[in-house]
Amino acid sequence: MAKTHVSTVINGEPVEYLCEPQQTLLDVLRDELNLTGSKEGCSSGDCGACTVICDGNIVCSCLMLGAEAEGRSITTVEGIAEGDKLHPVQQKFLEHAALQCGFCTPGFIVAAKALLDENQNPTEEETRYWLAGNLCRCTGYDKIIRAVLDAAAVMRGEAAR
Amino acid sequence: MSFLDKDTLKVVGTRPVRPDGVDKVTGRANFGADMKMPGMLWGKIKRSPHAHARIVSINTDKAMALPGVKAVTTRADFPDIPPDKRVLGAAPANLWDLSRNCMAKGKALYEGHAVAAVAAVSPAIAEEALELIEVEYEVLPYVMDVEAAMAPDAPVLLDDIFTAGVEPKPTKPSNISKVVRFAKGDVEAGFREADVVIERRYTTKPVHQAYIEPHACVVSVASDGQCTIWSSSQGQFMVRGYTARIVGADIADIRAIPAEIGGGFGGKTIVYLEPVAYMLSKKSGRPVKIVMSREEVFRATGPTSGAVIEVKLGAKKDGHITAAKTVLKYQSGAFQGSPVQQGCICGLAPYDLPNAETIGYDVLCNRPKVAAYRAPGAPIGSFAVESCIDELALELKIDPLRLREINGAKDGTKAAHGPTWTNIGYAKTVEEAKAHAHLKAALGPNQGRGIASGFWHNAGGESSAACHVNEDGTVTVTEGHPDIGGSRASMAMMVAEVLGVPFETVRPVVGDTTAIGFSASTGGSRVTFAGGMAVTQAAQKVVEELKKRAAVTWDISPEAVEWKDGKAHPAGANAGGFEPLPLAELAAKSARTGGPISAEVQINAQGQGPGFTTHICDVEVDKETGHVKILRYTAIQDVGRAIHPSYVEGQMQGGVAQGVGWALSEEYIYDKDGRLENPGFLDYRVPVASDMPMIDTVMVEVPNPRHPFGARGVGEVPIVPPMAAVANAIAAAIGVRLRDLPMSPPRVLEALDQAEPMRQAAE
Amino acid sequence: MPNLSFTAPTTVDEAVRMLAGSAGLAKPLSGGTDLLVQLRSGRMRPETIVDLKRIPGLIGIREEAGEFVIGGATPGNVVFENEALQKAWPGIVEGLDLIGSQQIQGRASLAGNLCNASPAADSVPALIAARATCVIAGPNGRRTAPVEAIVTGPGRTSLEKGEFIVEFHVPNPKLHQSDAYLRFIPRTEMDIAVVGCAVNVTLDGSGVCTDARVVLGAVAPTQVICEESAKALIGHKLDDATNAALDAAAGRACNPITDKRGTIEYRTKVAGVLARRAAKIAFERAGAR
Repeated sequence: MAKTHVSTVINGEPVEYLCEPQQTLLDVLRDELNLTGSKEGCSSGDCGACTVICDGNIVCSCLMLGAEAEGRSITTVEGIAEGDKLHPVQQKFLEHAALQCGFCTPGFIVAAKALLDENQNPTEEETRYWLAGNLCRCTGYDKIIRAVLDAAAVMRGEAAR
Repeated sequence: MSFLDKDTLKVVGTRPVRPDGVDKVTGRANFGADMKMPGMLWGKIKRSPHAHARIVSINTDKAMALPGVKAVTTRADFPDIPPDKRVLGAAPANLWDLSRNCMAKGKALYEGHAVAAVAAVSPAIAEEALELIEVEYEVLPYVMDVEAAMAPDAPVLLDDIFTAGVEPKPTKPSNISKVVRFAKGDVEAGFREADVVIERRYTTKPVHQAYIEPHACVVSVASDGQCTIWSSSQGQFMVRGYTARIVGADIADIRAIPAEIGGGFGGKTIVYLEPVAYMLSKKSGRPVKIVMSREEVFRATGPTSGAVIEVKLGAKKDGHITAAKTVLKYQSGAFQGSPVQQGCICGLAPYDLPNAETIGYDVLCNRPKVAAYRAPGAPIGSFAVESCIDELALELKIDPLRLREINGAKDGTKAAHGPTWTNIGYAKTVEEAKAHAHLKAALGPNQGRGIASGFWHNAGGESSAACHVNEDGTVTVTEGHPDIGGSRASMAMMVAEVLGVPFETVRPVVGDTTAIGFSASTGGSRVTFAGGMAVTQAAQKVVEELKKRAAVTWDISPEAVEWKDGKAHPAGANAGGFEPLPLAELAAKSARTGGPISAEVQINAQGQGPGFTTHICDVEVDKETGHVKILRYTAIQDVGRAIHPSYVEGQMQGGVAQGVGWALSEEYIYDKDGRLENPGFLDYRVPVASDMPMIDTVMVEVPNPRHPFGARGVGEVPIVPPMAAVANAIAAAIGVRLRDLPMSPPRVLEALDQAEPMRQAAE
Repeated sequence: MPNLSFTAPTTVDEAVRMLAGSAGLAKPLSGGTDLLVQLRSGRMRPETIVDLKRIPGLIGIREEAGEFVIGGATPGNVVFENEALQKAWPGIVEGLDLIGSQQIQGRASLAGNLCNASPAADSVPALIAARATCVIAGPNGRRTAPVEAIVTGPGRTSLEKGEFIVEFHVPNPKLHQSDAYLRFIPRTEMDIAVVGCAVNVTLDGSGVCTDARVVLGAVAPTQVICEESAKALIGHKLDDATNAALDAAAGRACNPITDKRGTIEYRTKVAGVLARRAAKIAFERAGAR
């Protein structure tokens, strides 16, 4: 099977790779590029653990072929912090204990960051529905929602970092 | 040093950021599937498409011939395990059952049962190779429903199972592997005394733990048999020991490294993949990685039991329960070992019953072997008992909380299964529930409120821990428990408290099987209790050593040295006017005063305190569609002492959400051939963020004096009440009682249509 | 998956050639939210995947001569952000918007949802109710067809080999015309519809219905246009008697199955409930236009 050559931008850096046609973007990130932060929970787009941002929108990387990333800009969980400076969502997840096992956390961080990029004042309901595609089995979602709402307050300048 | 007085604590009880947190929010933490080893092959497993079948033959020639395939394994590679090797140490598993679960022997006992496996240079080639393995099956009739499996003419799964616990000993094999019974007083006399007697029948469906991380491992076996296993599990010592037994290796030859674990809830307290990967690695001479797909997780790993529970309660008009009888029938899946005994015990445990009897049946059926799921057995038993208590309260016209006040277990109560309670907090949880603002929230049309209580034993057991003072005065704590819920933070907090140093200077490590002594698995709500006891004792030994080093430095007797606030002090003016020596200074000089400062401790912790809880749930029902919305939820739990309150709250909230899913939407759906129709998160419906409200938690602290900090296990008891709390709330909202889980919209609508008023529910 | 090839043409004609010219199964790809799941599970084993997203016009919404033209591969979130379409046809927008999670919305498209041909597709009933059409490109050139002509059964469409949907044409609403789509799912999100119902009504100045289309999803092998339900609305305001007639007619139009998502009885009952609830919203919206 001939491999496809792909040129793309991942976390702000130009990246090139070869992939087989049936490899998903998630397969490529994890197995070819060693970006194992995005997780495989279901391979059917139902759990959100593989969430990445593609050209500004959150998508399930398990439902995108590696070949489709050509010419696009991808952000993974590894690209959310700036160097050693955590994004407010990441910081608030830590302060609110919004993770227990941590497996779903990368997907939530990426999805929540995208929410706050679009809407810095979401209601609790809006936040829950935006994150409905990210399954968590450990937390019951309570502290996750509180962390995201608190991060939103930080980004609005209403709360301390 | 006593740490039971909360007011003297500086670290325990606070909410620091967990030490593994940054790695987890940046994607750096390594879980089971994140490991690569040079030369690694990809393994995949061939599974039975039949619910019950004799394996007539397996031909792997074509698979082996496919370019890129480096090894194939079947049952033929796995040794039989003689009877004297089927139990390992104090571990609960029957290794012979587990071995045959990892790789079928003679029969496929459920759809998804592993029958062969391959390792190849890419996942695609491994997948292709699976299709080239030819398996001939003789399909047999299957049985799934628990009562059908108990019937005398049911297809029998294993011909060496004879029902234990019945006299005379049966001669015919059966799917009923065991009957258990606990009794107190005279239950028939108790019913005769009662003014009101009600009898009800409840059913539950099997549900899966549904951790988001599928099982994964990388195993590398060298030609001399030395082996490294990287896997996520609830116990690296369990992985090492079980794998060794199943493949026939020596334990010392295996090093099991615990990856971060993406959820377990009991479902990762056994192995599925490691022995198979071991065989493939041994045969190919290369490391082998196997990762389950979500579909495999559902088809082939342990759900918990589906069950039938019958409850009979008798009470006097004034609310005193005079007798309780329960009969529980639980599926165990393809091998024996359902948690029916715990269901029997835990359902009745919150109550002071003068007369009681509980009987449990453990029943095999053609489903995956059940695995532990958070307070195994208890949620099912309590769904039935707590629903029935609610029905009793309605019959008696007594408030459900008041009924629990009258009959609740207290210090000195003798439980139906034998022990007498001391230092328990059940009554306090009922008291807090009565006083909680939740009860004042107004309820509108089609809204209702339900109450339910729960119990779990918690566990102690074997743990090891080491505490090392580093040259700069920082501290490394090595323990042996995979961290599922934030426990390593609590370990560091307890050590920091004992040493009197800042939390950030104590770094916890979850060591592999070569780095720390034997530690039993993370589960049973035992880590903060037993692991915490071990790290505390190790830290206390370090303190004694630090005092000795100060004594050497000052040339006084060690008895004349005190340890306070992270420093050695002379004990009183008579000891001498020395400046206190901080830990860092003693560390810097340690080579001169005797050598490295370290302590390692191994314990078998006893005295774990049980956990009790009471929950309040409000629902709203859409009477035209049967849809149930959770409006409000409050969980009130006796936690002993909350070491890190945020993570205790997290355990409570997580257990509630799982219970809500179990109550309303989760179930296994099979087709007529015994094949699973919903092996994915689309149709196996766990609660999503928009399904849940905020979950209020109240932590009642009745310290357990057998733990240095007063801790009790907290992780399991919160999943015990939600199914009944929701069922009771639905009954209050619509005046109709549902007794079969899940209470999905079609079942609620059907119940409404049949419109059987609650008071006249069938006798 | 031997012999799979992936291409991303930049013109409609190129795409048609690749789809028509493939020896084995050729599948067009827009959002991939159905196709990739089917690839992974082995349910679909194509030889060729043709990514349509690089073809100009396949993604985007424009207003032209009394109608909206929506590129077949336009993802849900782009549709949702189009204020003019939201105002004109809230039911069409909410139907597509209900599909899956926010992540799915970043990819899922109208053409994909239609051509996957699930009876439960959320975006299809409102399109049919609005009398939308689709432009299909193929080896014999372009042709137009009403949306309801595409799905012929579960997983089956009337598209020939080499054909794919380029765009949808949705007429502007008339005065006092609007729509609504509701579905029933067991949770609050992330489920496939157990029943879906779109109602599209046109009212006169006094609120009496002069035209209607009621379309049910997930209750038959294809979407059902309920003529009897429409007749129950036309000539009436939405009062108790109309509601009762609407409910009963919707139930009679159902031909559902019992499967892991719902029973025949349940679907039939809920179809009537949703018809009433969707009609209420559609009437309110139409009255406000």
